[in-house]
Amino acid sequence: MAAHLKKRVYEEFTKVVQQQEEIATKKLRLTKPSKSAALHIDLCKATSPADALQYLLQFARKPVEAESVEGVVRILLEHYYKENDPSVRLKIASLLGLLSKTAGFSPDCIMDDAINILQNEKSHQVLAQLLDTLLAIGTKLPENQAIQSRLVDVACKHLTDTSHGVRNKCLQLLGNLGSLEKSVTKDAEGLTARDVQKIIGDYFSDQDPRVRTAAIKAMLQLHERGLKLHQAIYNQACKLLADDYEQVRSAAVQLIWVISQLYPESIVPIPSSNEEIRLVDDAFGKICHMVSDGSWVVRVQAAKLLGSMEQVSSHFLEQTLDKKLMSDLRRKRTAHERAKELYSSGEFSSGRKWGDDAPKEEIDTGAVNLIESGACGAFVHGLEDEMYEVRIAAVEALCMLAQSSPSFAEKCLDFLVDMFNDEIEEVRLQSIHTMRKISNNITLREDQLDTVLAVLEDSSRDIREALHELLCCTNVSTKEGIHLALVELLKNLSKYPTDRDSIWKCLKYLGSRHPTLVLPLVPELLSIHPFFDTAEPDMDDPAYIAVLVLIFNAAKTCPTMPALFSDHTFRHYAYLRDSLSHLVPALRLPGRKLVSSSVSPNITPHEDPSQQFLQQSLERVYSLQHLDPQGAQELLEFTIRDLQRLGELQSELAGVADFSATYLRCQLLLIKALQEKLWNVAAPLYLKQSDLASAAAKQIMEETYKMEFMYSGVENKQVVIIHHMRLQAKALQLIVTARTTRGVDPLFEMCEKFLQEVDFFQRCFIADLPHLQDSFVDKLLDLMPRLMTSKPAEVVKILQTMLRQSTFLHLPLPEQIHKASATIIEPAGESDNPLRFTSGLVVALDVDATLEHVQDPQSTVKVQVLYPDGQAQMIHPKPADFRNPGPGRYRLITQVYLSHTAWTEPCQVEVRLLLAYNSNARIPKSPWIEGGEGSPQVETSIEGTIPFSKPVKVYIMPKPARR
Amino acid sequence: MLDCGMHMGFNDDRRFPDFSYITQNGRLTDFLDCVIISHFHLDHCGALPYFSEMVGYDGPIYMTHPTQAICPILLEDYRKIAVDKKGEANFFTSQMIKDCMKKVVAVHLHQTVQVDDELEIKAYYAGHVLGAAMFQIKVGSESVVYTGDYNMTPDRHLGAAWIDRCRPNLLITESTYATTIRDSKRCRERDFLKKVHETVERGGKVLIPVFALGRAQELCILLETFWERMNLKVPIYFSTGLTEKANHYYKLFITWTNQKIRKTFVQRNMFEFKHIKAFDRAFADNPGPMVVFATPGMLHAGQSLQIFRKWAGNEKNMVIMPGYCVQGTVGHKILSGQRKLEMEGRQVLEVKMQVEYMSFSAHADAKGIMQLVGQAEPENVLLVHGEAKKMEFLRQKIEQEFRVSCYMPANGETVTLPTSPNIPVGISLGLLKREMAQGLLPETKKPRLLHGTLIMKDSNLRLVSSEQALKELGLAEHQLRFTCRVHLQDTRKEQETALRVYSHLKSTSLMAR
Repeated sequence: MAAHLKKRVYEEFTKVVQQQEEIATKKLRLTKPSKSAALHIDLCKATSPADALQYLLQFARKPVEAESVEGVVRILLEHYYKENDPSVRLKIASLLGLLSKTAGFSPDCIMDDAINILQNEKSHQVLAQLLDTLLAIGTKLPENQAIQSRLVDVACKHLTDTSHGVRNKCLQLLGNLGSLEKSVTKDAEGLTARDVQKIIGDYFSDQDPRVRTAAIKAMLQLHERGLKLHQAIYNQACKLLADDYEQVRSAAVQLIWVISQLYPESIVPIPSSNEEIRLVDDAFGKICHMVSDGSWVVRVQAAKLLGSMEQVSSHFLEQTLDKKLMSDLRRKRTAHERAKELYSSGEFSSGRKWGDDAPKEEIDTGAVNLIESGACGAFVHGLEDEMYEVRIAAVEALCMLAQSSPSFAEKCLDFLVDMFNDEIEEVRLQSIHTMRKISNNITLREDQLDTVLAVLEDSSRDIREALHELLCCTNVSTKEGIHLALVELLKNLSKYPTDRDSIWKCLKYLGSRHPTLVLPLVPELLSIHPFFDTAEPDMDDPAYIAVLVLIFNAAKTCPTMPALFSDHTFRHYAYLRDSLSHLVPALRLPGRKLVSSSVSPNITPHEDPSQQFLQQSLERVYSLQHLDPQGAQELLEFTIRDLQRLGELQSELAGVADFSATYLRCQLLLIKALQEKLWNVAAPLYLKQSDLASAAAKQIMEETYKMEFMYSGVENKQVVIIHHMRLQAKALQLIVTARTTRGVDPLFEMCEKFLQEVDFFQRCFIADLPHLQDSFVDKLLDLMPRLMTSKPAEVVKILQTMLRQSTFLHLPLPEQIHKASATIIEPAGESDNPLRFTSGLVVALDVDATLEHVQDPQSTVKVQVLYPDGQAQMIHPKPADFRNPGPGRYRLITQVYLSHTAWTEPCQVEVRLLLAYNSNARIPKSPWIEGGEGSPQVETSIEGTIPFSKPVKVYIMPKPARR
Repeated sequence: MLDCGMHMGFNDDRRFPDFSYITQNGRLTDFLDCVIISHFHLDHCGALPYFSEMVGYDGPIYMTHPTQAICPILLEDYRKIAVDKKGEANFFTSQMIKDCMKKVVAVHLHQTVQVDDELEIKAYYAGHVLGAAMFQIKVGSESVVYTGDYNMTPDRHLGAAWIDRCRPNLLITESTYATTIRDSKRCRERDFLKKVHETVERGGKVLIPVFALGRAQELCILLETFWERMNLKVPIYFSTGLTEKANHYYKLFITWTNQKIRKTFVQRNMFEFKHIKAFDRAFADNPGPMVVFATPGMLHAGQSLQIFRKWAGNEKNMVIMPGYCVQGTVGHKILSGQRKLEMEGRQVLEVKMQVEYMSFSAHADAKGIMQLVGQAEPENVLLVHGEAKKMEFLRQKIEQEFRVSCYMPANGETVTLPTSPNIPVGISLGLLKREMAQGLLPETKKPRLLHGTLIMKDSNLRLVSSEQALKELGLAEHQLRFTCRVHLQDTRKEQETALRVYSHLKSTSLMAR
């Protein structure tokens, strides 16, 4: 019966909510008492604690509006006092916390009650929950000093509680609310405020590990809130490193790291000796020691933090790679040292002999240190750890440290190369990426190169491609090294032909980085004989192209090289320069003109003029207002053409140029549409021409969406302008429709909608409105009250005049802007052999594409397949299909499943990439929109897609199924 | 009793331990509460059937599940070689192995097993071989940790040994590599793979003599994953025999292997080799490259030697010795550089193939041992298994670094350790309450003094207030009074003198105040 009653109450409630959306707030107020009243009735009815608990649980599922919170709280408190069962009290306490978080409700009125009931509470669990509630209240009111210090007082009082849960919460409270500025608080309160750090510090030695952890976490919280921790804590924290519990050790490692970043240069004594070292070095040593901790969680934590300790002195840093080997108390050389010696003695790749690694000199037994104090061998341990999480963390840390210290980079090379052989692919990949990042600082020895190149045969495509990227930016020391790399790459090419592009690109960089090393290899590579002419190699052989790419790129900076080429090499050059222009540079060949001397690759000196040109042409356009319509149109057309050309020539300015050109095109379309004669004549006569105008409006809409979502680096001020342009397009659309449609009803609706949008625009960009002086929207808003009341026909008339009068808004250029682009590498679209499959079944098509300047591609990029019958299919690739080889670049490798009914002959389907957008995403949210749940912006959110890659045709043939 | 191994070097009675040391006379079962076997290597479990069936022991034998599964296979194999091939008498039979295995109780990792009222044992992961464990043995508050053989660096199929900070009174650890610190495993693995790969690419054949269990599986995994990664098609063979049976158990006990195998076995069990097939005698003559694992590991007999003789003449081929070789075996000879070998029947075999040595050992090195000692934080350390001179070095190091006493007893030597066990004493509530009322709240985990009477009755101890003790024991309270006599020479009357003394004392006491 109770349930039934309750249901009724809720039914009533929900019904009212539905109304609330349409009609204003007045009804809303009526619902408030009903909710708290319902709760009150429920709780009174509840006969047993279990019942009451059920009601509370149900109540908690629905949100409560800010206005009614206080009433609900009163009722809850009332019941709290009466309640005997701790579990119900617990639930009420937690509800209080939840309610106090409600937006728009100021919880200071609850606080007194909460503190009051705290004093009389006996149950530890309820106490802990109440403290949690206080924490919620405290964080809601960060400015109120008095409340904060009062809460801190309460927390301090309960710190001596016997239950760990209560102490935990108290420490959390202290960490979150412990006052930051000592000077502000008065002396009386200052007592507690002053030693928050000390109070927390005292609980570092609590008997319960959970409380110890909470104490450290509270300390870290204080740090995060900007309180400077005392250096004295360092010693306390160091003691905690030997704690029995992993969570304590893990937190302690963090704390030590924080302090080492705060006081890197202060001096600490080394126990059991008179020496003193820098704090950061000492902390580094201690964290290194934790890399061989018993718990892997701590090991990961320690290894990660090591990477960010850049101030550590190089002496300590290099110790981390140090491991003294010995065998039967005699010093032994590591394999790394042996390899280095072999290499420097010129005796590379000697066969291994029995006893080759025989130990050499005797070691003084006293001098051997089996337990490393400090940093010794930390990374050696970390890289050999049994958990791959630790190994990855160690590799990352190595990377960060090596980037800041070239000498360390040189030393850690051997270890990184070793990691190329790890059993887990992620670790291998990570170490290859790391190597690439530090490759500026290093030169590979030949034996190291050998090991690196061995990985080229890996069956994982990611690994191979990462390795190609690595080879792009490595320094090789000898010509044998180059030769070795080339041979291995060609072997890779024959084994995995799909790597073609990646290998060519790799050789391009290898060639241009090492012209002098390639030079002596040229005769051998091109198999040139001093006396005989050799056969001309096959021009379509990818391996031959690979060799040519290497040589031509080396020849760019090595003028003597072309003299060695034979005739057919020159012919092949001309061919490749045309067909693979991104791989083959322009060469200064004897007897030939430089083909495109105007586009010198040497951009730097030209940069300023072209930037200036861009600025000037844009300036010119903005003076458009003073021109007659005809002149304005022409000017716009010319400028758009100029910008497009500029974008093609200067890749750095392409984003800006395209962006502004698109904007200008919108304006051009708008002007053209307004020039149409139809405005002057009665509507029905110019139906056809109005088509033009409405098409223009549509196109402007599309272009604005492109501007908003296809460019990365668009800032708020541009978004405003773009939205403004879109608003104009909508106005245009409205006018055109008004002219062409008969009947008032549809028009009425449209007007309503348009006005709503204007309103929405105003709400979203209220802060930017001052910049929009004299613009369309500015005028529109002035007339808003009039528009609201007038008839549609009148509205249209006003709009029309305003559109004509409004000024052209200046589009401020963003700092960094890039157009999103995508290239489909595979399928290449060249094949004449159709992909045959049985109709009704599916065929998997491998799609490989590179994406540039796409933000969050996992959610925005889609693949579209267009069948000849017009059927379109949209495929969402898995997030794991996107790889991120570099900043701003993505690689999509996925499979698309095609299927269709039987065809009589093969036909082409189109595959392209789409960029999905949601117009809500970019809009800056004003606070009140966030607050309500069902805010009325749903209808304005428009989802759509922009194609941003060239379509690729794939030849397919679904065969009829055999019976 | 910890482990029950045998000596591989002897063929007479000396190969088994002399169990009469334990009993003098009488049954073993009366002297031993249980037997703990750390792992399945014969030097740790080889004497088990002899001990339980021939000498006679009926108590429980504890070992981990993988050990329980693989141990009888190895014992049976060993028995076959000893009895069927060498024809030895007075050896345990197959039935005895079966009966012995019936007495085994299997334990899980970190499972606390209550052997009897007092004794409890707990197993920890030890690496080394599949199913190897370290055992913590605990009676009351005193405990011993026995490591067996262990490995602190993970390898391709097993993880690293791990123990919590259990602070035992005594840690008994092996110290095979007391004076060695090893290089990283990766270099060795890379070398190994590179060698094999190069030879195979040249079209040569690679022979890897191995012992059937342990390292063989590691090398198999190493090659298998490499083949997988590099997309190689060259066949790999494994000479059959007991390996196949054992491999089956490797597939089953996935939880005992390392992280990589555990994580990936859902897609594919790493021990289900794709590239490794069973070897047949006839394959040795097949043309083209191949890799063969063959037993035994020192090339002294059997299949490995046969294949070696076939392939030795070709310089394209290669033999890789993955472990130690005893002097006198063919393995040792070729490793020390001998190129002409005399075989039986005055045949001379010229070795043209390449000979490589790679050490893949699964014992903890000095650093590993120190690391384990650091993890467990024992009060005393006892070193076993190793050469005295080397152990002496490690002993000094342990004493120096951890400041705990370290022992290395010789065979037959007894070590006595002082411990400070906790003795629980019951305290009467009245006394406790009175004490609390007097002082502040007791600080947790801090020692504190209080007055009371300790009553020791039978075997239980109680702390009660003195009044209650008197009452319980029916004793009257004695009061001790200390008096002393002082002679005064005074002419005055007694009373007067007394008054004077009294006033004097009073004034001095006032002054003192």
